[in-house]
Amino acid sequence: MPAVSKGDGMRGLAVFISDIRNCKSKEAEIKRINKELANIRSKFKGDKALDGYSKKKYVCKLLFIFLLGHDIDFGHMEAVNLLSSNKYTEKQIGYLFISVLVNSNSELIRLINNAIKNDLSSRNPTFMCLALHCIANVGSREMAEAFASEIPRILVAGDTMDSVKQSAALCLLRLYKTSPDLVLMGEWTSRVVHLLNDQHMGVVTAAISLITCLSQKNPDEFKTCVSLAVSRLSRIVSSASTDLQDYTYYFVPAPWLSCKLLRLLQCYPPPEDGAVKGRLVECLETILNKAQEPPKSKKVQHSNAKNAILFEAISLIIHYDSEPNLLVRACNQLGQFLQHRETNLRYLALESMCTLASSEFSHEAVKTHIETVINALKTERDVSVRQRAADLLYAMCDRSNAKQIVAEMLSYLETADYSIREEMVLKVAILAEKYAVDYSWYVDTILNLIRIAGDYVSEEVWYRVIQIVINRDDVQGYAAKTVFEALQAPACHENMVKVGGYILGEFGNLIAGDPRSSPLVQFNLLHSKFHLCSVPTRALLLSAYIKFINLFPETKATIQEVLRCDSQIRNSDVELQQRAVEYLKLSSIASTDVLATVLEEMPPFPERESSILAKLKKKKGPGAVSVTELEDNKREGGELNGGGDRGPDTAAMAASNASTPSPSADLLGIRSAAPVGAPPASTGSLLVDVFSEAGPAAPSAAVNDDGFLRFVCKNNGVLFENQLLQIGIKSEYRQNLGRMYLFYGNKTSVQFASFTTTVSCPGDLQSHILFVPLCSETKPSNRITQWKAITSSLSP
Amino acid sequence: MQFMLLFSRQGKLRLQKWYVPLSDKEKKKITRELVQTVLARKPKMCSFLEWRDLKIVYKRYASLYFCCAIEDQDNELITLEIIHRYVELLDKYFGSVCELDIIFNFEKAYFILDEFLLGGEAQETSKKNVLKAIEQADLLQEVSNTGLHPESFVNPSCV
Repeated sequence: MPAVSKGDGMRGLAVFISDIRNCKSKEAEIKRINKELANIRSKFKGDKALDGYSKKKYVCKLLFIFLLGHDIDFGHMEAVNLLSSNKYTEKQIGYLFISVLVNSNSELIRLINNAIKNDLSSRNPTFMCLALHCIANVGSREMAEAFASEIPRILVAGDTMDSVKQSAALCLLRLYKTSPDLVLMGEWTSRVVHLLNDQHMGVVTAAISLITCLSQKNPDEFKTCVSLAVSRLSRIVSSASTDLQDYTYYFVPAPWLSCKLLRLLQCYPPPEDGAVKGRLVECLETILNKAQEPPKSKKVQHSNAKNAILFEAISLIIHYDSEPNLLVRACNQLGQFLQHRETNLRYLALESMCTLASSEFSHEAVKTHIETVINALKTERDVSVRQRAADLLYAMCDRSNAKQIVAEMLSYLETADYSIREEMVLKVAILAEKYAVDYSWYVDTILNLIRIAGDYVSEEVWYRVIQIVINRDDVQGYAAKTVFEALQAPACHENMVKVGGYILGEFGNLIAGDPRSSPLVQFNLLHSKFHLCSVPTRALLLSAYIKFINLFPETKATIQEVLRCDSQIRNSDVELQQRAVEYLKLSSIASTDVLATVLEEMPPFPERESSILAKLKKKKGPGAVSVTELEDNKREGGELNGGGDRGPDTAAMAASNASTPSPSADLLGIRSAAPVGAPPASTGSLLVDVFSEAGPAAPSAAVNDDGFLRFVCKNNGVLFENQLLQIGIKSEYRQNLGRMYLFYGNKTSVQFASFTTTVSCPGDLQSHILFVPLCSETKPSNRITQWKAITSSLSP
Repeated sequence: MQFMLLFSRQGKLRLQKWYVPLSDKEKKKITRELVQTVLARKPKMCSFLEWRDLKIVYKRYASLYFCCAIEDQDNELITLEIIHRYVELLDKYFGSVCELDIIFNFEKAYFILDEFLLGGEAQETSKKNVLKAIEQADLLQEVSNTGLHPESFVNPSCV
């Protein structure tokens, strides 16, 4: 039976609501609503001025319709009119309407602000509260402009009633959050802080939320609140359950206020004043002690309130990170909760321990619970709890337990919820790389990742494993073997084909000796997956095939046959067609030397920050980065190699080329003498950066070769360019004298260190060339160094 | 707190309080998604879950789900007790509150909430004081009534 409204029952509204509830279908509901809307519209437009009660009733009906989910485009004027009524419930409904249906019409805003102003200055506390509630609920910029200067005055005035102060404090908080520039605390700061000492607990409760927010943005101005907060907290924690009367909640003294005080203290470092600090530590110890005492009530409300304070206290202890015995006690308490009957407490304990794991004082203590956490991962029925357990394992991972943790996370991944798989994959990849002592374990782990959750293995992860295999000679053979075996599985994920294709293309020769993985077998294995793969994978496989031709000449005929067939060279995808055609041609016309040069092994990649970490941070937000990761970033940050060594070889060749125009034979000769496509691995210079290009990792020697050929006919232009460096050449020749300028442009935002160039000249050209450095400064971003080379040749 | 939603087992929204500025479209989308997520939870599961970048604290009372969205650094357990305190207030005001009370007196539910929470933060945590404030408002109304309006029922007694 619907209860009769207290005070002033709006029977018409109750009937309307009943009608809606009795509608059998959505259409009937809409029909009834439209009928009512038409009725209300006509009443509002009608000749008779409506009395307050009716207006209130109709506005309330409109509000109800809106809250059901239908759009309302009228009624604002009538609601605003209600604001000026002196009947409380009429005002109330008016305010409710305009706070829910916020309207940006400037005329209405002006009227609303006027009404609010009147109520604020009415000196009637109930009306003042209504107005303040409205401002807090809407919190618009216009309201902030109109009232931001008045509300602090109301807040600290001596004659303001307590209930009004409470509303004023939180109203000001809302305005500060939405328009911080308009809320100037300046002269009010000390009096607002002083509210912490107010005798009315409700005022303190409200004010402290405001102070906490202000302290976060202006810590210095509000730092006097710390000692006041500590004494207040101390008084509450040591009070008996009868002291605080109605502010005691199920035998817990002022739990909300306690939590807020502890939260405020987390805005500041530990107090410097010894006395204050001592009192606070005592407080925290009392809270920890109380957790061990038998509960005063069996009700869940009692334990929730008590534990809420406990968890907040633990958060403070973790934030301070300076009291070892408190940290250890906190860790032990959380350890107890890990096995508590109540799921909520287990969840919160796992969550809290994550933060604890990154503190150096308690990291070891956290690790002692590893078995419990692993057990939680396996047995918890609630997926959110399992996820917290996985997060904790990630946070507590270090060299001593990495293998165990990664193994557990991998087996969890097999049955994990789809929504969390991508994150899990990233985390396993990061841990495997960070704590790998034996890189064959790393390779195994990543390949397992692809096998278990291939769909969720993002590009960053498999790029990374390739990068690492290329950079580490010792694991290349193992990688080739493992990938070969993995590819033999009947159903193999496409990412595995990508990784396999790349690795076999580079290092297939390391396992070619074994007849079970002979070149032809490798090729057939890869090609068997070809038609199942998407275009980017096929492109990668084509590159692997041309590499095979280079590595295993005996496969040349078979592979050329494949490249030659219509489905490749006439493939509708441009990239595939181009590759097939170019690779086919390359394999036909290039001599083995040239082929070997073009397809030489990939040089090691430079060290840089793992993009996997960047991706994880992006997914989870800044809070996800643990302390250990932050340290790693500092270590790995920004080391870039200059690629300066490459230029002068080609420059010298260009010089000799320009002074002696030559038929194509010379070009080939130049190529084989000075490898343009693939610099020797030992210099550590880079050719292709897989990460920044984010495309299939094919060696693109072609770019610089083309540029090179141009100088047969041109004297000026860009000789060489990659992500780091651009080398330009400008040359002029007169009779038997030639002058050549080499310009080195730094394309990065980092200064090159120890940038040197060497020019090597074949044969007796050396004697004819004089090198003059013009300027040897290297600055970041497109600054240039010039070198001048003057040549003279004996014959024109 | 960023917002509080009350909805029935069938997913019908009974109260929506938003403490952050959002467009109507966004509010509808959030409501739809969150209601679906919470209704999919089984009874024995814990009262907290992570959703987008927020923490959701929810509890079911009879046929109504009370669902709050809090920020990362907020305290989950105390939010559970905020929910409980609100239910206690409704219960005391309506006398053994049920879902129908909230449906037919929805405006009162909002008024009571505003006395307890403002701007997403607890304003007054004494049950007595909150109820006193609400009753004072009701009293004001009766005092200003010169006579009974023909449509209203006989003067109900105050608590």
